[in-house]
Amino acid sequence: MSCNPEGRVPAFARGVRLQRDRVREQWVIQAPERAFIVDDIAAAVLQRVSGDVTLAHIIDDLTTAYDAPRETIASDVLSMVADLVDRQALVWRS
Amino acid sequence: MTLPAPPMSLLAELTHRCPLQCPYCSNPEALEPVAQELSTQEWIRVFDEAADLGVLQVHFSGGEPMVRRDLSELVRHAVRKGLYTNLITSGVLMDSKALGALSSAGLDHVQLSFQDVAPIMAEHIGGMKGAQEKKIEAARLVVADGMPLTLNFVVHRLNVERIPQMFDLAEELGARRVEIAHTQYYGWGLRNRRALLPTREQLQQSEHDVAAARERFGTRMAIDFVTPDYYADEPKPCMGGWGQRFLNITPSGRVLPCHAAETIPGVLFPDVRETGLARIWNESKLFGMFRGTDWMPEPCRSCARKEEDWGGCRCQALALTGRADATDPVCRLSPDRGLVDKAIVQTDDQPFVYRRMGRNAAG
Repeated sequence: MSCNPEGRVPAFARGVRLQRDRVREQWVIQAPERAFIVDDIAAAVLQRVSGDVTLAHIIDDLTTAYDAPRETIASDVLSMVADLVDRQALVWRS
Repeated sequence: MTLPAPPMSLLAELTHRCPLQCPYCSNPEALEPVAQELSTQEWIRVFDEAADLGVLQVHFSGGEPMVRRDLSELVRHAVRKGLYTNLITSGVLMDSKALGALSSAGLDHVQLSFQDVAPIMAEHIGGMKGAQEKKIEAARLVVADGMPLTLNFVVHRLNVERIPQMFDLAEELGARRVEIAHTQYYGWGLRNRRALLPTREQLQQSEHDVAAARERFGTRMAIDFVTPDYYADEPKPCMGGWGQRFLNITPSGRVLPCHAAETIPGVLFPDVRETGLARIWNESKLFGMFRGTDWMPEPCRSCARKEEDWGGCRCQALALTGRADATDPVCRLSPDRGLVDKAIVQTDDQPFVYRRMGRNAAG
């Protein structure tokens, strides 16, 4: 674990993806044997998970897009990504 | 009129052909012959309609879906429609060429079934010599490709004591998920219930072993545990409620709310060759028959759990009580619970009735 978690690069694990459910008009994470509904805030984070940008970059980008203090966004993003890594939906690319 | 919520997942039974003969197979006792199977083009139309209807995940199943030569073509099409693709296989027909074709078609996930960890017992249950080695090889190929792998173990009286070794095998092979599923007693499983039903002590040991594995693996491995509902006090919410989340299409194109539903008498089974999938889901008599709570008898009707378990399993109610609209007899509040209690003590070591084509006359 890097001492600066914002320097890490998250990526979707193979077999997991974010997808727009056009019929129900919501975002879902498609994963082995299940689909999770994600809210619009989580979707905004996950849309920026490309496998080649750092968390710092994602947080900066969200801070520009949404009118909220960077530290609030950073703490939300870090805990959400850690949770999804724990559930094997995301992995650390570096 | 409000339309019912759209289905989440589709079980596509591509064929009933299978090299294995497991005595608890979820296929109906009357297996469908190859001549009646839907064509490639018919399945492609079904996947188009499923995606438009709101299905998110397609489970390619059988029989053994890998006997279909068009499997990777079907996967490729489903992927193109945005459907999540899961292959439910015995693995005995897997080789690097077949996996390569599936992987490049975009297959998302493989669920590989094992009958046991001990090869002799595994092959006794599956009825196929040499199967275990082929399955191990299949698992290695999937993991080497990088695709996520689930190992599925159906457990029963003859193998339930080896759950810890099942987890060892999953870890050794690099599986990300494990399903330990107690046998469900419909169709073939019901015919073999006396030989398969575990004892209460075995059930408790299995719960203990799964809890220990959860402790041991933490979040490294996702674990699904399906308990045998005969020993439960409350029924399971079968398929998440009749006609609420799930649809099953048989090899010949019949559309069912669950894989055992063809046992339900007095109703026409809709067919994708004749009717569009949306119309079947939204308007057919079959899908409407036990949807929601209006059909419920007492004690379900006034039960606080009626929107949790949806009255339990219709096919189990039918198989045990003769009435598809009865409360699932697993429920402690069912007047028919005695039938389940009686079955629990009626076990013996009778030989299996293996799942085979042409041996399915009423018996």
